[in-house]
Amino acid sequence: MKDALRSFADQIGSEGPVAVAGGKTHWGVGGWPATGTKEVAAPVGVVAHEPAEMIVRVGAGTTLEELRSTVEEGGQFVALEADDPSKATVGGVLAVGLGGYRRLGWGPVRDSVLEMTSVTAGGEVLRSGAPLVKNVTGYDLCRLFVGSLGTLALTGEVVLRCRPIPEAETWWVGEGADPFAVAAGLYRPLSVLWNGIHTWVGLAGYRVDIEDQARTVLGRAFRPAERPPPLPGRLRRSLTPRDLRALPSTAGVDRPWLAQVGVGVVHCGEAAAERIGPVGPPSSGVWDLHRALKERFDPAGRLNPGRSVSGVAAGAGV
Amino acid sequence: MTTAALVRDLGVALAPDRVRAGALELALYERDASMLTGQASVVCFPTSAGEVSAAVRVCRDHGRPFVPRGSGTGLAGGATPLGQVAPVVIVTTKMNKILEVDSEQRFAWVEPGVLNLDLSTAVAHLGLHFAPDPSSQQSCSVGGNVANNSGGPHCLLYGVTSAHVLAMEVVLADGSVVVLGGIDPEPEGLDLRGAFVGSEGTMGIATRIAVRLTPLPPCVATLLADFSTIHDAAAAVTGVIAAGIIPAALEMMDATIVEVVEAYVHAGFPTDAAAVLLVEVDGLRGGVDVCTSDVEAILKAHGAREVRVAADAAERAAWWKGRKSAFGAIARIAPSYYLHDCVIPRTRLVDVLDEVGRIASSRDLVLGNVFHAGDGNLHPLIVFDRRAPGVLEKVHEAGRKIIETCVAAGGSLSGEHGIGIEKREAMDLVFTEVDLEAQKWLRDAFDPEGRCNPEKILPRGGSRCGDISSLPPGAWV
Repeated sequence: MKDALRSFADQIGSEGPVAVAGGKTHWGVGGWPATGTKEVAAPVGVVAHEPAEMIVRVGAGTTLEELRSTVEEGGQFVALEADDPSKATVGGVLAVGLGGYRRLGWGPVRDSVLEMTSVTAGGEVLRSGAPLVKNVTGYDLCRLFVGSLGTLALTGEVVLRCRPIPEAETWWVGEGADPFAVAAGLYRPLSVLWNGIHTWVGLAGYRVDIEDQARTVLGRAFRPAERPPPLPGRLRRSLTPRDLRALPSTAGVDRPWLAQVGVGVVHCGEAAAERIGPVGPPSSGVWDLHRALKERFDPAGRLNPGRSVSGVAAGAGV
Repeated sequence: MTTAALVRDLGVALAPDRVRAGALELALYERDASMLTGQASVVCFPTSAGEVSAAVRVCRDHGRPFVPRGSGTGLAGGATPLGQVAPVVIVTTKMNKILEVDSEQRFAWVEPGVLNLDLSTAVAHLGLHFAPDPSSQQSCSVGGNVANNSGGPHCLLYGVTSAHVLAMEVVLADGSVVVLGGIDPEPEGLDLRGAFVGSEGTMGIATRIAVRLTPLPPCVATLLADFSTIHDAAAAVTGVIAAGIIPAALEMMDATIVEVVEAYVHAGFPTDAAAVLLVEVDGLRGGVDVCTSDVEAILKAHGAREVRVAADAAERAAWWKGRKSAFGAIARIAPSYYLHDCVIPRTRLVDVLDEVGRIASSRDLVLGNVFHAGDGNLHPLIVFDRRAPGVLEKVHEAGRKIIETCVAAGGSLSGEHGIGIEKREAMDLVFTEVDLEAQKWLRDAFDPEGRCNPEKILPRGGSRCGDISSLPPGAWV
């Protein structure tokens, strides 16, 4: 994989506008790359899965599907999800940085990243973090890069945290229940989703615990579901968990949306997104810090020109 | 400008009685809990973000660097004041209010000086707690936890501090105030919150912190297993993880530690064991029962002589008190200790512990191990009397060898204590010049003039402090 990384760095070089193309499932997020931007591909393939260390080293161009099937052989999984895992790549999911339906149980995308090997705007190989499940050595550039849309460095290889596959994961759906009371009553649920009418609940862990929770908390209002519902649209909004309560009046029940209760993410289409309104922009002080970072990491503005992290939530197609 | 003028201006910005420059006070704040000593010019105690901002502006006007400090329990010298000019130490201990507890959304806004354990105690009646639990949790502050991205035994399952911080109000090096992160899950822009956590006070001072509150587990089981060799204990740790079990905590103590801890707290630890594992599993009743019997079987299969399950909360508390008192208890052997904090791949535990033991014994040093075995976070503890001639040199030499051994095994410099001054010169063992330069970009973006906690984390050769050829007199004491 050293050779693959070297060749990735060579393709990126040190001059001219450049972007990494993955599966292009979220290519428009934060804006389209400027005309004339060279597209390069990140290394593909799982380099090594070490179940005893609970880590996997993987090329950023690997699809989530390939990652899942390799890691599964060792009885583990990586807490990353995408609506099209056969196309979405690890690097793309990390560059966008937005998780899926299971964030309540799994935590945010960034918490799965242990090490990133990237290429700087100057064409040099940069490593941050370490292939260890616990580490506070130096500044946490991984947190900075996840969700940066490749505007600070281009990532070629990552080490991700693996977790044991739980004994069971089951989904339930009910109508008329108070999703906030359900979420509060469950112990560490995987997911609680609500569209204003139906509530879906995902539970993962020991079978005995799931059965217990289903009986004592969910009760007769819920019935088993095969899987969580499909995405109601490609946009999303970020609200405080409490503000989700007002969605039936703010977004309306006639326009499809799906809220992650206990988290605050709302998946929706354009109609509901428009009603909810855009996410507030960062304050000017925070924006000054963004500018100061971009000036240092990419002074010539060659990494993903045309894209901006300020446009992620407001922009097209998440 | 003179220090007298600095004291006067800080006195105007805060209050004269909260700005101290007497010899005794400066001596108290010339170091943290590490062995590294620096020099402070003034110590001040703001009570609000406005006062922190005002103090930082006074420092700027006087051309003085400043050092943020919480409870001063850090072990890597992160709060030891160093600078070309003696820094102002800005202490957050008087900012110790819990501002808001939101039990529905499970978070709290707290001031940085709130003590870690006080926060958990204050929200326990709501069935919630703040999950990071360093051994110093009775005295360390939440602001310090943020600075160091602190861990603790239960971070094996629950994650370190970064996973428990939603947002922060931060005073930057120019005195301006920003809010990083948010209560909503996906605030616009880069994750500057994540970049700030663990930056060891070099990117600003957090003046308000929104921390996640985690439900207390309905059921907890704590197991104590004793082994006749450290190899068996290490293999048992690997065995538990290999079985797909992540306990809430998985801690190891060797014979040296068990002996002194038992004499100190009478926790009921077997003093004839070569190693003791403390394993905690939590969750719902059914799962905890299944997991407890699985863990018990694995421990026995790996040679545990005896596995006991804590009979009640009192016994569990006694065991944890024993584990968390280790660093105080070792004073029974000698008055000083040097605690290391490396991380290694868990599968290398046995070889590395062997080598660490040899490093100490070949120098006639007493060394104990008490550590977070589940995530490979070693805490070799060298116990010594600094008055003995030549012992400090031996201690530092052993420390360097331990770090080199861990790095050679594929490990890293710090799992939870941070780099501070202590390990900054070792940073090039694990990072290239390019890696360190990129870290400097991040730091410089927040503090372009290098006013905030200078001379920390980045090695002298790779930091803005390249012109400083040696540590100030008295450092490395």
